[in-house]
Amino acid sequence: MDFDLSEEQRLLKESVDGLLADSYDFESRKKYAKEAGGYSKAQWSKFAEQGLLGLPFSEEDGGFGSGAVETMIVMEAMGRALVLEPYLATVILGGGFLRHGGSKDQKAAHLPGIIDGSKTLAFAQLEKNSRYDLADVSTTAKKKGAGWVIDGEKFVVLHGDTADTLVVTARTKGGQRDKTGIGAFLVPSNAKGVTVKGYPTQDSLRAADITFTNVEVGAEAAIGDPENALPLIERVVDDARIALCAEAVGAMEESLKTTMQYIKERKQFGVAIGTFQVLQHRGADMFVALEQARSMSYLATMAGGIDNAKERALSVAAAKVQIGRSARYVGQQAIQLHGGVGMTMEFKIGHYFKRLTMIESLFGDADFHLRRVADAGGFING
Amino acid sequence: MDLSFTKEELAFRDEVRTFFKDNVPPETRRRLQEGRHTGKQELVEWTRILNKKGWAVAHWPKEYGGTGWTPVQQYIFLEELQSAPAPSPLAFGVSMVGPVIYTFGNEAQKKKYLPRIANLDDWWCQGFSEPGSGSDLASLKTTAKKKDGKYIINGQKTWTTLAQHADMIFCLCRTDPEAKKQSGISFIVFDMKSKGVTVRPIQTIDGGVEVNEVFFDDVEVPVENLIGEENKGWDYAKFLLGNERTNIARVGMSKERIRRIKQLASTVMAGDQPIIKDARFLEKLTATEIELKALELTQMRVVANESKNGKGKPDPASSILKIKGSDIQQTITELLLEVTGPFAMPYETGEEGRNEPDNWASPIAPGYFNYRKVSIYGGSNEIQRNIIAKAVLGL
Ligand SMILES: Cc1cc2nc3c(=O)[nH]c(=O)nc-3n(C[C@H](O)[C@H](O)[C@H](O)COP(=O)(O)OP(=O)(O)OC[C@H]3O[C@@H](n4cnc5c(N)ncnc54)[C@H](O)[C@@H]3O)c2cc1C
Ligand SMILES: Cc1cc2nc3c(=O)[nH]c(=O)nc-3n(C[C@H](O)[C@H](O)[C@H](O)COP(=O)(O)OP(=O)(O)OC[C@H]3O[C@@H](n4cnc5c(N)ncnc54)[C@H](O)[C@@H]3O)c2cc1C
Repeated sequence: MDFDLSEEQRLLKESVDGLLADSYDFESRKKYAKEAGGYSKAQWSKFAEQGLLGLPFSEEDGGFGSGAVETMIVMEAMGRALVLEPYLATVILGGGFLRHGGSKDQKAAHLPGIIDGSKTLAFAQLEKNSRYDLADVSTTAKKKGAGWVIDGEKFVVLHGDTADTLVVTARTKGGQRDKTGIGAFLVPSNAKGVTVKGYPTQDSLRAADITFTNVEVGAEAAIGDPENALPLIERVVDDARIALCAEAVGAMEESLKTTMQYIKERKQFGVAIGTFQVLQHRGADMFVALEQARSMSYLATMAGGIDNAKERALSVAAAKVQIGRSARYVGQQAIQLHGGVGMTMEFKIGHYFKRLTMIESLFGDADFHLRRVADAGGFING
Repeated sequence: MDLSFTKEELAFRDEVRTFFKDNVPPETRRRLQEGRHTGKQELVEWTRILNKKGWAVAHWPKEYGGTGWTPVQQYIFLEELQSAPAPSPLAFGVSMVGPVIYTFGNEAQKKKYLPRIANLDDWWCQGFSEPGSGSDLASLKTTAKKKDGKYIINGQKTWTTLAQHADMIFCLCRTDPEAKKQSGISFIVFDMKSKGVTVRPIQTIDGGVEVNEVFFDDVEVPVENLIGEENKGWDYAKFLLGNERTNIARVGMSKERIRRIKQLASTVMAGDQPIIKDARFLEKLTATEIELKALELTQMRVVANESKNGKGKPDPASSILKIKGSDIQQTITELLLEVTGPFAMPYETGEEGRNEPDNWASPIAPGYFNYRKVSIYGGSNEIQRNIIAKAVLGL
């Protein structure tokens, strides 16, 4: 049992924190959000230069072969700085499909571009009625010759409007909610029949609704087994949930810090409002919520290395419940303690609240995951 | 970073688990599983079993009879003990006065008291709180005046847990009436059979008699019963309360209680299905399990920190353990009450005024009422929030 970072991990943390401290203050972030595509290409290149984009990929594939803890370090830092760039979409989700399920050729075609920052990916999964059920897929992929024809609609595809390549879940067999008969396909976003409608999201990031009409792709588009990709999808989505837990911890940590700083400085009734016990206790409860969330983020991070899907899912789902609940509490109270200025776009605290709120519902909210933990029988048995 | 136990730690866990399995008297185990109190005799017997094994004061330094285990091993031991379930050793002796004596006491005191604490030859009670001094403990008024080589003690303590069983009391007394609040207090121990000590039981809302008022009327105590230096008692008290807090998460006990909830909720029926199938109930239970998992990890983080930095000052983050630990323990008693429903209603007084006829439902409501205490004592949860605000958030 050991919660310490290794020397290398500590150096990674220092370098990511340093990079973001230098170039990702709140004013810079506002500028980046206004650039084409809604994020800074220059920052993305810096991430590539520092090796962040190649972190989880094996050395054989041109990456650094880092583990779940390294990803956690990066995501926490990105949460603290409210980073806009498509790290989750490209490295964790898109890259995750290639890492866990890609063929040699698929990796060779896509990973170098991810790692050097020249290409981005996005994961097209959500459908109109699927909500959080990853097996609920009505987009179809029908066999045509050696390749496939894809038809369907996907919603709120994170960074879908800037991605070069989309990973699309589509049904190759069976009924809408069958666990088998689902494939994951690599589709160039400029392929004929792909229509992308991009928009900003509540947290100043970007997403897109994407329609696929008679989109033809080759046999090499399918990642893994085109009739049984659900385990791969679950694996990659669990990685995304784990990463989001860490990002949320970073955002909560910064929210608490900013809020405590504010109430120490803000004066009303002739004194700093931080001297009022009711606000002190709110701060203490925010701290408890943050630390409980951090503990579960650690649990989820460690579970990332577990191959047994059931065991992994239990820890990840429980973490997502805790993070969802803590994020809501910390986010709401951060606004409350700021008073009127917490309500404004000008102040950064509202942006943390908005990002935390979006993370809550990404890949399953607290209620959804609570049911999963309950169905699995919880942690305590026998 | 690695959250799993090492092979050696796992082997150690199996060893203590097996020991508890084989050595906790079955009747004691049954009473604990049902949520009943253990009596004095049961605890004495169990402590002696532990002491024979060398585990009664596991966390003490080796020279005083401890084990020399690492903080992780200590943690595993407590967790397994609570989840067995086995009775916890009497905290007033092993966790409170014992460490104060071996840290601040003289050789004669260590020789005289420590072995008797380990074997529960002396039952100790804690004389800190007074009617006018609860959270604001330093305002205490009980006095000890030196006269002819003796302290003459006058005043009143209250909420003194199990003083009715006690042989010895450790007491905070004011020895310098002129000094400001904290600085005139001394830490004095004495025999409960001393002339002038009167114990009046207080019945708590669960029906039991767990606490007492203790009156001191010109009680004569030899000066050698002062622990450490005169007027330094407040420092020792702070040290003692810091030790109290690390054990207070009670993760192992809460796990054991959740097992009990699951067992009862699988058999108690609502119409044609057991309560556990009720989605609303199951979600509440699951949410509690998740909070407990998070607390377990938070506790492990505090323990790991202790392993690294040594056991110096208590980690202010351990206030989380008190707040969340008590919160979860209370929620668990609520869930048990909900499972039991109307069958929790009959109240029949039994031994010591406790409602404990021999049916599964009888300890449930008293357990719920009794556990409101856990957010009050050991530094109330509001006081813990004050600590976090000051020591962690810098407010
Ligand atoms: C959407 C919106 C519309 C508004 N419209 C108007 C308007 O039309 N006209 C107008 O005049 N004003 C308006 N207000 C201002 C509003 O009345 C103030 O925001 C409010 O009085 C709080 O003051 P504050 O924002 O300065 O926060 P602060 O007073 O600085 O409070 C910050 C935090 O400290 C807490 N706090 C402050 N004092 C104490 C205390 N003694 N004890 C415990 N906690 C304390 C507060 O509850 C809050 O959580 C509006 C505000 C908002 C958000
Ligand atoms: C079952 C039980 C067993 C006990 N056993 C012992 C024992 O063996 N020996 C012993 O010495 N004592 C014992 N105690 C006493 C216990 O330590 C006190 O009850 C505790 O310190 C609180 O003091 P009080 O009851 O006087 O409450 P008060 O201090 O009067 O507190 C009342 C309420 O006010 C809140 N409050 C007080 N001060 C503040 C503040 N500064 N900020 C915010 N809120 C505040 C408290 O949190 C509480 O909610 C026991 C108590 C119980 C319930």
